[in-house]
Amino acid sequence: MTEQELRLDGNAAAGLLQEIFVHEVTAARGACAACGSVGPMGAQHLYMSPRSPGAVLRCSACEGVLMVIVRAGGRFRLGLQGLVWIEMQDVDATS
Amino acid sequence: MLDLVDETPRVRSLVLAVPGWPEHLAGQHVDVRLTAEDGYQAERSYSIASAPAGERLTLTVERLDDGEVSPYLAGELRAGDELELRGPIGGYFVWEGALGGPLLLVAGGSGICPLMAMLRLRQAAASAVPTRLLYSSRSLEDVIYRDELDRLVAMGSGLEVIHTLTRSIPEGWSGLHRRIDTAMLGAVAWPPAERPLIFVCGPTPLVESAAESLVNLGHEPAHIKTERFGPTGG
Ligand SMILES: Cc1cc2nc3c(=O)[nH]c(=O)nc-3n(C[C@H](O)[C@H](O)[C@H](O)COP(=O)(O)OP(=O)(O)OC[C@H]3O[C@@H](n4cnc5c(N)ncnc54)[C@H](O)[C@@H]3O)c2cc1C
Ligand SMILES: [Zn+2]
Repeated sequence: MTEQELRLDGNAAAGLLQEIFVHEVTAARGACAACGSVGPMGAQHLYMSPRSPGAVLRCSACEGVLMVIVRAGGRFRLGLQGLVWIEMQDVDATS
Repeated sequence: MLDLVDETPRVRSLVLAVPGWPEHLAGQHVDVRLTAEDGYQAERSYSIASAPAGERLTLTVERLDDGEVSPYLAGELRAGDELELRGPIGGYFVWEGALGGPLLLVAGGSGICPLMAMLRLRQAAASAVPTRLLYSSRSLEDVIYRDELDRLVAMGSGLEVIHTLTRSIPEGWSGLHRRIDTAMLGAVAWPPAERPLIFVCGPTPLVESAAESLVNLGHEPAHIKTERFGPTGG
């Protein structure tokens, strides 16, 4: 099985991210630190296996690491080394 | 869990009643968690196949014989059993009537599930958004929701369904008989100038090759939304 066949969309991490963030994060836009691409988190490449405790979100343009989420030992660790910014809807401001 | 419906020899729909369910969007999924008696847990994502309708929802699961979760959901589970799920999830791979069209849906195998929610919503909302579904299945008996798709097309609301069969074909089959490729997408899709909204869903290899073909055909990457189901199925 190749690395490519195991790829998912960032959207598949929505449940995991929902455990950490108050807002829906997969519709949020973010900017890649490596190449500057801007796009919704749900459209990035996700590497997440059901049997492993971690997930890696990579840029769909350059495959640079955007976000690392590890859930183990009773805590979440979130690594955001490759993300310059992330922008989400201000739920209170809409409507 | 209210009801079970066998869709194909390998695919079963689960109709669920979830008290307090917030209405979902077409294309969203749920995470289903199974817990064994010894505490071992397994979690998988399943798309919601039904249009938003109160506290009811339908999941459609393809049984992978060597899988951990799907043989249970699409095999052992019985009506009346309880299921632990989290959702609705995801705000990216979604379509609402207000987004308009034309709408191009591309599915492989169980990848039809979230797209079916969109078609059912389109129908329920009496939407006339021009819509084409290109649907790849192994054989005619593996086509999920075949009768319902036929019925939706027959209503004449601007929906076209193009099937392609990748393995066996029935006698007299005049439709497509190969994997989805660039030529097929070129023939089925609206020209890029019409700026169709495109949703592609199914096994990862199918999704990647279809998305690449669509970009090569000149469609804007930002208009192509993908949902990869992982290595298997289709
Ligand atoms: C967002 C999303 C929505 C989905 N919606 C649906 C849906 O509506 N309907 C549906 O049927 N499915 C859907 N899926 C797929 C579903 O989540 C499961 O992946 C599928 O049911 C298989 O689960 P399983 O536990 O039975 O198999 P698993 O035990 O996970 O194994 C699946 C298969 O892949 C192989 N495999 C898996 N991981 C590896 C690996 N790391 N290395 C080698 N081989 C591997 C296994 O051998 C097996 O054949 C969706 C997936 C995603 C991400
Ligand atoms: Zn990048």
